Amino acid sequence: MNFEFRAIYWRDMLKFFRFKSMLITSLIQPVMWLAFFGLAMSESFDQLTSLVPPIEGVQNVTYLSYMGAGIIAMDVLFSSLFGGTSLMFDKKFSLLRETLASPVPRAHIILGVGLSGVTKAFIQTSMIIGFGKLIGMDFFLGYTLTETVFAIIGIFLLVAVFTLGFLFLSGSIAITIENPEGMQSILTLLSMPLFFVSNALYPVDAFPAVLRFLSMFNPLTLLADGIRYFALGNNFSVMGIHYMYTPADIIVSFLGLLFFALAMLATSLWRFNKVDV
Amino acid sequence: MTANVIEVNNLEHSYGSVKAVDNISFTVKEGEIFSFLGPNGAGKSTVINILTTLRKIQKGEARVNGYDVAKESKSVRKSIGIVFQMLCLDHEMTVCENLEYHGKIYSMPKKDRKNRIEELLKLTELENKRDTLAKDLSGGMKRRLELARGLMTKPAVLFLDEPTIGFDIQTRMRMWEYLREIKREGTTIFLTTHYMEEADQLSDRISIIDHGKIIVTGTANELKNKLGKDLIYLETSDNKAAAEVLRAISSVKTVTEDTKSLRVMIGEDVTHVLPQIIERIRKAGVEITTVNIKKPSMDDVFVHYTGHDLREGEPQEKYEGMETAGVSE
Repeated sequence: MNFEFRAIYWRDMLKFFRFKSMLITSLIQPVMWLAFFGLAMSESFDQLTSLVPPIEGVQNVTYLSYMGAGIIAMDVLFSSLFGGTSLMFDKKFSLLRETLASPVPRAHIILGVGLSGVTKAFIQTSMIIGFGKLIGMDFFLGYTLTETVFAIIGIFLLVAVFTLGFLFLSGSIAITIENPEGMQSILTLLSMPLFFVSNALYPVDAFPAVLRFLSMFNPLTLLADGIRYFALGNNFSVMGIHYMYTPADIIVSFLGLLFFALAMLATSLWRFNKVDV
Repeated sequence: MTANVIEVNNLEHSYGSVKAVDNISFTVKEGEIFSFLGPNGAGKSTVINILTTLRKIQKGEARVNGYDVAKESKSVRKSIGIVFQMLCLDHEMTVCENLEYHGKIYSMPKKDRKNRIEELLKLTELENKRDTLAKDLSGGMKRRLELARGLMTKPAVLFLDEPTIGFDIQTRMRMWEYLREIKREGTTIFLTTHYMEEADQLSDRISIIDHGKIIVTGTANELKNKLGKDLIYLETSDNKAAAEVLRAISSVKTVTEDTKSLRVMIGEDVTHVLPQIIERIRKAGVEITTVNIKKPSMDDVFVHYTGHDLREGEPQEKYEGMETAGVSE
């Protein structure tokens, strides 16, 4: 068994904590999403939907709590989708040469980068949950300690698989594209449909049928659903829409994300094995 | 016993229709410094990239440390250290961290890493820079750090691609000192260079490479002696006539007509031949305006074998451009 991926992970984390600007922005960014976008949107949504009668016998959840799950999904999406950019610069400035010329299997490079991305995603997820609770997000309401721990593990597991998928995707693009401008525009193009055709920030129930259908396959939707299941429970209503999840739904979400991650892993292995030094 | 650390047979490599390496064969013996001397675009980097398994071998055979570069690339990689032509340190990591990372990706045990780092910091005189970020080092120090990194795993061969390119002469001479020290410790060194003095000063053996072919191989002295003992540069009122006279003299090996002067290679000690030469040319009615005597240098060796000056090869950078990182389909 080889453990070279730990070297890649070690270097990535070392630099993450060394670049104070990177560290601080990645910690502040999720808080800003919640503080500015979250509070502003939840105020207006709550006002707009205040006349909608709550559904009898179902726990009503504030929009902020609903959106909190989406914010986690979105924040993790952006940082993993852009996470591969550093690989492109490493390649451009020949930093990757040393590693590519070493006996380290390419899969270890991908794995090392993937794991450091997951670590960063965990830090951000914790930040959102922590700060969210401070400003009144109803995550884990009425949970016992054991249930809370279980829920957090569930969320982290989903976040990890999701992050790996998008990091592999981003890494594949980074290693293929030669210039930063090209990379930037591809990522922006990708993030648009992912972001909007999902239930991360708003329910998809009123979407046109095609978009609603597409949103079902969006990894962002799968992740947001999974987080809501673990954080808000399997039966709640928000803005007059009734949400019910069965464990089977969540297993499907998880398998969907896993499939996505594996497909992206295969893609990145294919791209990385083609790289010349 | 001296084994061959590198063995190359009939190596060929093309980029599209351009033949960058054309049927090259050579060997490098254990413990020697072997140089590839040639202009940019001569195919030096391509050979180094093939030997370090960074580029797939197209035609021919190559073994490094006994391993086939085509079939046993992982074993080859474990046996070698590389100093690339371009600086490629992680600027945001310290001297120590750069070395530590290298040791880790080669799966060195922690204790070995620690000891080796100390040895190498001492060797490259970077001991008091251990916690300095790589970006804050001078150019020469960065190169030394790369040298240390290349030696981290105690490789059987150290490959250096143009190790002193762009450095001033003092920095270069210091670099040569380190390389000699590394050789003394028993590491075989393969280097490419387009600096004559570098090949001359440093190498046990030199191959002159031009247009993808090895023109000649030998020790610096062998190569120089093949040219003859001494070299005379003559300027006369009629170079053509003077050349004819010179060619008839038995101790004259070759006469080359340059634009202004005649380059005459002498097989014997020039001090005995010169009076005779001057007399014979005068008798033919040709006026000698300048005489210049020197021992053959690597420059002369290069010009003699390739028929052109090393600097004339400069514009041919098209192969080098193809060797930057990228994805090949």
